[in-house]
Parts: sequence; C-alpha cells; structure tokens
Amino acid sequence: MTIAVASPTSSTTARFSPRWLSDRLGGFVLHVVVIGLTVAWMVPTIGLLITSFRLPADISNSGWWTALSPPFKFTFDNYSQMLSASNLGQSLFNSFMISIPATVIPVALAAFAAYAFAWMKFPGRDWIFLALVGLLAVPLQLTFIPVTTELVKLGLTPEKLTAAGLPPFIPLWLAHAGYGLPFSIYLLSNFFRALPSDLFESAEIDGAGTLTVFFRIVLPLSVPAIASLVIFQFLWVWNDLLVALIYVGGVASVAPVTVTLVNLVGSYGQNYQLLTAAAFFSMIVPLVVFLSLQRYFVRGILAGSVKG
Amino acid sequence: MSSVTYDHVVKRYTADLTVVKDFNVEIKDKEFMVLVGPSGCGKSTALRMLAGLEAISEGEIRIGDRVVNNVAAKDRDIAMVFQSYALYPHMSVYDNMAFPLQMQHMKKEDIDKRVKNASQILGLDNFLKRKPRALSGGQRQRVALGRAIVRSPKVFLLDEPLSNLDAKLRGQTRIQLQKLHRDLETTFIYVTHDQVEAMTMGDRIAIMNAGILQQVGTPGDIYDHPANLFVAGFIGSPTMNFVPATVDNGIARASGLEVKLPKPVSVTKGTLGFRPEAVTDRVVEGGPTMKMKVDVVERLGSDQFLYGQVGSDQVTARVDPRMSVQPGDTVQLGLGTAGLHFFDSETEKALI
Repeated sequence: MTIAVASPTSSTTARFSPRWLSDRLGGFVLHVVVIGLTVAWMVPTIGLLITSFRLPADISNSGWWTALSPPFKFTFDNYSQMLSASNLGQSLFNSFMISIPATVIPVALAAFAAYAFAWMKFPGRDWIFLALVGLLAVPLQLTFIPVTTELVKLGLTPEKLTAAGLPPFIPLWLAHAGYGLPFSIYLLSNFFRALPSDLFESAEIDGAGTLTVFFRIVLPLSVPAIASLVIFQFLWVWNDLLVALIYVGGVASVAPVTVTLVNLVGSYGQNYQLLTAAAFFSMIVPLVVFLSLQRYFVRGILAGSVKG
Repeated sequence: MSSVTYDHVVKRYTADLTVVKDFNVEIKDKEFMVLVGPSGCGKSTALRMLAGLEAISEGEIRIGDRVVNNVAAKDRDIAMVFQSYALYPHMSVYDNMAFPLQMQHMKKEDIDKRVKNASQILGLDNFLKRKPRALSGGQRQRVALGRAIVRSPKVFLLDEPLSNLDAKLRGQTRIQLQKLHRDLETTFIYVTHDQVEAMTMGDRIAIMNAGILQQVGTPGDIYDHPANLFVAGFIGSPTMNFVPATVDNGIARASGLEVKLPKPVSVTKGTLGFRPEAVTDRVVEGGPTMKMKVDVVERLGSDQFLYGQVGSDQVTARVDPRMSVQPGDTVQLGLGTAGLHFFDSETEKALI
C-alpha cells in the first residue's frame, strides 16, 4: 500500500527535476540555434532567388525583400535573356565534356593510388604519402604560370589540339586531375585503411590477387567514399571559373558555362541581373548529381563482416 | 598426407623482439591439435606463419612433405577461419562461400555442388541469399566455417573461432566442430586462449607461453602430468594449489601441511602442487591432513569449493556439496596423494 502511494509521487518529482528541466531547455536552445544558423545561411540565397525574378530597374532601386509585399512584379525576363544568350548550348556541352572526364580520371587514379598507399608495402611509402598530402597546402594560383608554360611547350593548347584532331579539353582534364588528386588520394586511402585487415588476409588465403581484392572487395565496400568524392570533384570542376579561364582562355568553343555566363556581364557591370538567373541555372546540374548519388551514402556498409 | 611439421621455427620482428622461439611440433594427419596459451604467447603468430600471413624468420614449416616457407598462402592448400569471421559484407552467403572456388577458376556447376553441400552440413540452406549483416553471430560463424569447408583443404586453421559467441552457443558450436572434424577427416589446428576449449576439443594440446612451447600431449596427459609450473597453473579450473615447501628425508613440509612424497627428489626446496579435487573432507587415518581457515565458500550444486588459509598459504579445496561450512570456520581436510606434484624452485620443472 505504501508503495502504491509512493510511486506516483516519485515520478512527479522526477518529471520536474532540475535534470529534466535542463535537458528540455538544452534541447530547446539547441533547436533555436540550429534554426537560426540555417536561416542566416539561407537568406542570401533566397534573396538571390527572388532577385532573379525581378526587373532590372527594381533591383537597382529597392531591396529584394520589398518584392515580397504587393504589388507583385515578378518576371522571367532575366531567365529568357540569359538562355537566349549565344553559345549557351555549346558551353553546357563543354561543361559536361570537361567535368565528366575531369571527375572520372582523378577518382580512378586516386582509387588505385590510395589502395597502394593503404595496403601495399613499398619503400618510402609513408614519405611519398606525406609529400602528397603536403601538396594540399600549395595554392592553386602558384601553379598557373609554370603549368601554362609547360602546356604551351608541349603543344597542349585548344587550338593546336583541335588542329591535331584531339579533344581541346585535354589541358583542363589534366589540370583538374592534378588539382584533385592529393585530396582524393588522401580521402580514399584513409577510408581504405579503415577496412578490416582480416578481410584482406582472408581474401589472400582464398587465393585472390591484388587486383581481384581491389575490384571485388575494396571497391564495392568503398562506394560511399567514392560517391562523396565524385560529388566533391564534380562540383569543384563544374563551378570552376578560374582554372578554365587560365588554361583555355577566351576560346569560346571550349569555354564552360561559368566562363560564358561571366561574359554576359558587360565590362562596365551592366546586365548584372542576368548573373542572378545564371547562378540558379548553373545550380541545376550539381543538384541533380548530388541527389542521384545521395542514395549511395549507405551507413554501415561493413555491417556483418567482422563482428559477432 | 596432410601432417604439419614445425621444425625449429622462429618468428622475430626486430633483433630483440622474438615472439615465437624454437617451435617444434609435429601434427599428425587428421589430428585435432589445439594451440593454447595466454594472450600474446605467440600461438596466433605460429598459426599465421603456417597460413602464410607472416614470414618465417628461421626454421621450416612443412605441410605433408612439402616445405612451405616460400609458398604463397593461396597455394598452401589450407583454409582459415578468423576470430572476426572476416566475411565479405557485400556478398551473399552463397557468394562468400563460392569466392575461394571462383578464385580457383572452378566450373560453375562444381562450385554450386560444393556450396550446396557445405551449406547442408552447416544448416545454412535457408540463408544462402542473405547478406552477412542479416545473420546472427552463430550463423556468421557457420558461414566462415563453410567458406573453409568448400575448399576441402589439407589443413583447417581456426583462430579463436568461438570467442565472439555467447557462452551457450559456444558450448553447442564446440560439439559441432568436433563432429565436423570427425566427418571431414582432415587435420585441424585450433588456436585458443581458453583451456576448457583446449581440454574438450583437442586430440592433443600444445601449450605455449612467452613464445616458448611448454608441453605437447593429450588433454589427460597434460592434466595429470604437467611438465612445469606454468602448465600446471594454466590447465584446470580452479587452478592447482601451489605451496612453497622444504624437503627433508622424502617428506615435504609447507607452512600448514606435511606430506610424504611418493618419489624421492634431489632438491631441498621447491613448490608442492595439488589440484583442488585432491583436497577433500575425507580424512584418511594416518594420511596427510591440514587445517583450513575458510575465507570464501562457493556452492555450485554439484560441487563445493572452499577458499582459505592453510598455515600461511592460500589453498582451494573441493568438498562434498552437503558439507556445511561457513566463512570463518576452521575445518579439517584430507589430502589425496595420488595427484601430488613437486616443482623445482629454480627451473620450475616438474620433479614429480
């Protein structure tokens, strides 16, 4: 009987205990902070989106938030103007021609290299790896002049390549592969290293050679890491303006979307409203890539392998 | 023709780090040999050298008549079951078991036949399409076994295959493994740190400590005639009682106990050893007795263990479960002289 009386009392105390209160309050504060940060982060993007649907005169006269109250004066002019700009179709094609090989080449090379760094023994392995990771710290800009000089010396310019019947994008593929490799190797070899060594030993006893282990065990298990690397590298190449501008310069037949869109803006900054529409237009492809690769981020891909 | 011979095998990592020292064992064809010892004693390294996962620093390992020192792991005709199972997580149970056969470029029909056969033996028929993550610990363990069975190797290597299972499953799997060994008629080499597994499963046991082989023998042999202090203390649970004693005229005297040794020894000081089951409540007239001040009483139903002081020494006794004893009591116990051991205090070798 005593117990029957005592138990509800004790549970009431527990519910309003300082511990309970602080947990609740902590959760609340956390939510407010997270939501606040998210909103702060998104405001410029939303502003840009709204601006892209406004008339040039309105853009230069009032802030984007005024468009949210009546009278509404939205327009698709910026989009239609931007899309009708010359060469957009060609430059979209160029962007794909640049981005896809410039993603596939470094990721494929990095996967082989990372496997060697993670699981093969050869003299100087750690030092070479260290040097490679050190390359992450080299600023891009530092390489422009020497690399351009070399490319010209080797005859790897769009004009010469086209004349020789080769794809004019080769210098960009090489450049992006080079810039992407250190990070790619670093990321993948860290992932490969975390694979349980028992798997490799078991495969060795089962009679699998190095290449078989790579293709049949390491690659299938590394799909999440490779998917995220592909996203990183693709986004970086797709959004790149600087490298494309430097290595293929003003050659319109090779220019990717980024270069073409920047050229929409006049030298005195006129037509800059077109850039707002262009920004959203160029976002479509990365979004599609991201969403389609998202399903490969499988958590616990190693589950069931080496635990009881 | 699948005996295994370790001939003066040494494993050295650096000049002053030797983990296996002058290891000599001959494992007969179709034998179930257990390598047992505390963790870090070199038993796994000894197994991994046989598997081809570690290089051999000195000596020779032979499988049958073939020296395998420089033979690649895959060409040694062995199969290994890992403690972690090491299943390929992205492959189905079927593919896990088929993998080693695919590596041998075996025909599809033959692979199918062998996998089906192995899965039948292990009761995995209904799980062939599942991924390892959808299996229980015991099932995973069986898949690991299956992957070894399909190859019909000359030698099975098992590296602590039961230590990830819970106690009940471990007991069942122990029996299954013994049955499997009988059915397959192949040499099994089994590494464990668990002396119960060693005693129950091994045709013979090899006990290692600090990289040195201590004793090889049948479980009964090792239990009754341990070669040294380490083996005596490692095998048997609760452990053997050790009391320091002096010898005078064939009589060993400890702090609370006097016993006539069954055989003369040449030393005057040493360690007297006797298993708990030798210390009972049956006091034989004229035989050795001792007075124990009881500290702890453990009743297990079938047995009753008393832990207490005899003179200044710690002693464990196994007495009749119906004997009524309380901690703090002093009881009179008898010592059976059949299983009496005496160890040299210098070399720790068994003299009796």
